[in-house]
Amino acid sequence: MSIAEIEQEIIEEFELFADDWELKYEHLIELGKSLPLIDPVFKTEEYIIKGCQSKVWLHSELKDGKIIYTGDSDAIITKGMIALLVRVFSNQTPAAILNADVSFIDAIGLKEHLSPTRANGLISMIKQMKLDALAMSQKS
Amino acid sequence: MPDTLQHIAFNVEKAREDFPILKMQVNNKPLVYFDNGATAQKPKQVIDAIAKYYYEENSNIHRGVHTLSQKATTHYELARQTVQKHMNAASVNEIIFTRGTTESINLVAHCFGKLFITKGDEIIVSEMEHHSNILPWQILCEEKGAVLKVIPVNEKGELVLEEYKKLLSDKTKLVAVTHVSNTLGVINEVKEIISIAKQKNIPVLLDGAQAIPHMAIDVQDLDCDFYCFSGHKIYAPTGIGVLYAKAKWIDRFEPYQVGGGTIKTVTFGKTVYVDGPLKFEAGTPNIEGAIGLAAALNYINEIGLSAISSYEDELMQYATEKLKQLSGVKIYGDVKRKAAVISFNVNDIHPFDVGTILDKQGVAVRTGHHCTQPLMQCFNIPGTIRASFSFYNTKAEIDIFISALEKAIKMLS
Repeated sequence: MSIAEIEQEIIEEFELFADDWELKYEHLIELGKSLPLIDPVFKTEEYIIKGCQSKVWLHSELKDGKIIYTGDSDAIITKGMIALLVRVFSNQTPAAILNADVSFIDAIGLKEHLSPTRANGLISMIKQMKLDALAMSQKS
Repeated sequence: MPDTLQHIAFNVEKAREDFPILKMQVNNKPLVYFDNGATAQKPKQVIDAIAKYYYEENSNIHRGVHTLSQKATTHYELARQTVQKHMNAASVNEIIFTRGTTESINLVAHCFGKLFITKGDEIIVSEMEHHSNILPWQILCEEKGAVLKVIPVNEKGELVLEEYKKLLSDKTKLVAVTHVSNTLGVINEVKEIISIAKQKNIPVLLDGAQAIPHMAIDVQDLDCDFYCFSGHKIYAPTGIGVLYAKAKWIDRFEPYQVGGGTIKTVTFGKTVYVDGPLKFEAGTPNIEGAIGLAAALNYINEIGLSAISSYEDELMQYATEKLKQLSGVKIYGDVKRKAAVISFNVNDIHPFDVGTILDKQGVAVRTGHHCTQPLMQCFNIPGTIRASFSFYNTKAEIDIFISALEKAIKMLS
């Protein structure tokens, strides 16, 4: 599936919750719990993206021309957001990742998590995902 | 029955009417604002005073001969008097307007450091300080080759005064501690801290940012050398704050920043600076901020700080009891002498997650390290959830907060 198709799938998934914040957050928390954990060897200072409050770890590797992202956070809601971003970006080519936007986050009503309050490190994480894609696009 | 009298004297519903923002809805829920430690909401008396200044008086101060300028100058200087009276400073010349507590501390670190700190000297702070009362001293120590000494905190969140006494030496040049912990709400034994320092003739700076909205401050009774606070924590606008400094320091300090308003005469050879607080207020100051601060202090004093503090204590007691009934809640700084702040965690749930779910329910708290990372390291936690109260909060709001918290715990466990 292309990035746009996955984003559309997520938007439809979240439409089920309509304006019910509780269902939406329960889903996000579940996504956080189901996120495949980053390999512990990558859960180090080198891979940390520091938010003001919650920490995020991100690892990326190139496999058959596609980037595999794994991530983790010490906060479960942040972890749920990472699960969404990994679902959209992982297993895509560097070029596709570089061209993608994350407007689906606004569409599913979770834009506040990308606000530049430095609280959860997600904006920095997206930036890092793109930077990794850029680096790998030059390698491949 | 003094309690009953205070209840009659203080009417929370009437007080709430003064704060337009409290009628707001957040996420379609009535706002429950428990982030007063970060900044307090503003009563219409303050908002109106600022509006009135811009509608009727706006003009630059101290040098204009025209009517508006004289009016604005009078009000700016009257504001200084209001602050002086509020803190019971010996003279109006001991009140410097700054941008806030942070600038007040930086000013002292700069001016005091320049004159009195040399290699090997020691400055004492505490483990519970806000970063604003650590970094200026850390930089000063790095620049001068001085040493920063730290009063430890015990497991209850109190300063260990026995250790403080051991830290004091002939090399100690200044003690800088907070009056009330912004993270824990613990009220420090500042009178004792000051009197111990005074036995060795060591000056003391108090960070009063969290104390100022909750208790009467008498700088002469405290006998501190410096007292710093921010207007916005005591219902005044942001961007205005105060440094109280004993006259002997004001006289000896050189200007912190220089420019318009600080001088008597300027030539390219030599500049002579004015005496008193204006020496430290370079450039056009925050005039409406000072006027707003005076309006806020007048407002607070009309209600009365003793009525405010006894009502806030009642809220604290109620909230603490309710919180303790929830399983898995750990309160940090679980002591009797506290000022309107409760910091806690629930099991191993991340404070950020709790704060997010509370916000969805209209409850505003602060989560994180509260700019006190060394204190968080001392408790070995990434942060806490901090509920901080004001006299406009109610027990009914605490009930909403508790049930919102129960829901958050259920969702996040």
